[in-house]
Amino acid sequence: MRRKIPLAIAFVFGIIMIIQFFIPHRISVEFYRNMLNALVIVGIFYYILAVSSLIRVHRGKIKRKKPGWGYSYVTLISLVVTAVIGVLGGAYQATRITSWFVQHFHWQIEQGTGLMVIYTYIQIPMGATMFSLLAFFIASAAFRAFKARSLTAVLLLVTAFVVMLGRVPIGALLTRRLPEIFHLTNIVEWILKYPNMAAQRGILMGIGLGMIATSLKIILGIERGYLGGGD
Amino acid sequence: MRFWEKVMKLDRRWIFLLIGLAVLIPFLKPLKLPLTITKPAKDVFDAVENIPPEGPPLLIATDYAPSTAPELDPMLYALLRQCFTSKRRVILLALYPQGAGMAQAGLDFILPEFPEAKSGVDYVFLGYQPGIQAIVMYIGEDVRLAFPTDAYGIPLDSLPMMKNIRNYDDIALIIDLAGSSIPITWVTYAVARYGELMAVGVTAVSAAQYYPYLDSGQFVGMLGGLKGAAEYEKLIKQKGYTKAREIATIGMDAQSIAHLVILFLIIIGNIAFFASKSHKKKGGPIGS
Repeated sequence: MRRKIPLAIAFVFGIIMIIQFFIPHRISVEFYRNMLNALVIVGIFYYILAVSSLIRVHRGKIKRKKPGWGYSYVTLISLVVTAVIGVLGGAYQATRITSWFVQHFHWQIEQGTGLMVIYTYIQIPMGATMFSLLAFFIASAAFRAFKARSLTAVLLLVTAFVVMLGRVPIGALLTRRLPEIFHLTNIVEWILKYPNMAAQRGILMGIGLGMIATSLKIILGIERGYLGGGD
Repeated sequence: MRFWEKVMKLDRRWIFLLIGLAVLIPFLKPLKLPLTITKPAKDVFDAVENIPPEGPPLLIATDYAPSTAPELDPMLYALLRQCFTSKRRVILLALYPQGAGMAQAGLDFILPEFPEAKSGVDYVFLGYQPGIQAIVMYIGEDVRLAFPTDAYGIPLDSLPMMKNIRNYDDIALIIDLAGSSIPITWVTYAVARYGELMAVGVTAVSAAQYYPYLDSGQFVGMLGGLKGAAEYEKLIKQKGYTKAREIATIGMDAQSIAHLVILFLIIIGNIAFFASKSHKKKGGPIGS
């Protein structure tokens, strides 16, 4: 029963949603809206799953004193503090609690709420810093690993050279005296529009066909991985 | 040979220093390198220009996080400047949790330049809602189903700008500024199902994957990475919409030099690799 009921639900709703798409009747539209509501409600459960999973992982790390377990405290405390400030103090508009603090302690919150202060002064600089470090590591990795060891590696290397130069103004400057067909900007545009797009289209079509096949398998009860283990 | 052996084992901190200088110096002393405007960027600009002033709004989705802000923030600023100067109305929303903060930060940055721009009249900020696909489809039915109020808790029906706006039929164009794959959801539902016009602003690293949508006409235009942002800055400046500091254009100088340094490092790395390899083949002792 534990498997049959979910399989029946998947089959019935899968078929109904396909049929619904082709029927613009009021009842069909109303049903579609209700399904959208259900989708949003289910979507909110992702957050419950995500938060509970984060807590479980870090609680485990702290319990077993795994390397770097101290950072797990930072993660958990940050999670609680940010959530409390966001829920009680408001996201974009100050709540009464924030207004009370502002009045009684003569605070000046330029961003309007505590959550936006955290976002502006902690999350934005931290996110930008982490991503900025990539430039340094990419340069170091390119120096050590980007070698012309084979024909395919040479092709990749030449393409990377052309695209890296052609995507920045200095590339256009270097080739400005050559005939237009040899301008790096045009060569890059050609690479992106033809060889790249051919490959991307192939990948997209593969993904599309895969999605259709998997959806049909789920609707027809052939693919049952989403039910998890057990009987 | 010892020289190339040493080069092969170069301490990575020297590389970090080189890259740091390559990025920093052009910021301190801009090179003002010439920038050519590509068709995808011009097409985005023209699509926005085709919206009649005080007509149907432009919907900007800020689906990115602070990590990709250096590339995507200048696009948001340029679009807001273009719209606010030319009296085109804007709806801002986010389907990515951190994107709402980016939209609010963008508004906070741009609004002091336009003190006459009023929330609910010239722009509406809807905030973030979870459930990406559902929200895109909701807007196709009625935007109020997804966002009953704006981000500040004001019901949409009480906002003058939103009075006659119900769904995609009343929205002129969607521009998704994204550091993720959310544009694919927009194109799947808003474009394919509801026939809405759409353009994107994406990071340079993900631009390549969106070319099929550009070629098929599902995207009317595309801003790719910092270069796309710089091109857009140039376009709005040429039109006389702004005299503000062009942050993406300055960033392009830094990117130019950084790319040159990386290419130089790759060449040196390859020379060192092949020189050491041929030396070993000849039977020479390592380090001699």
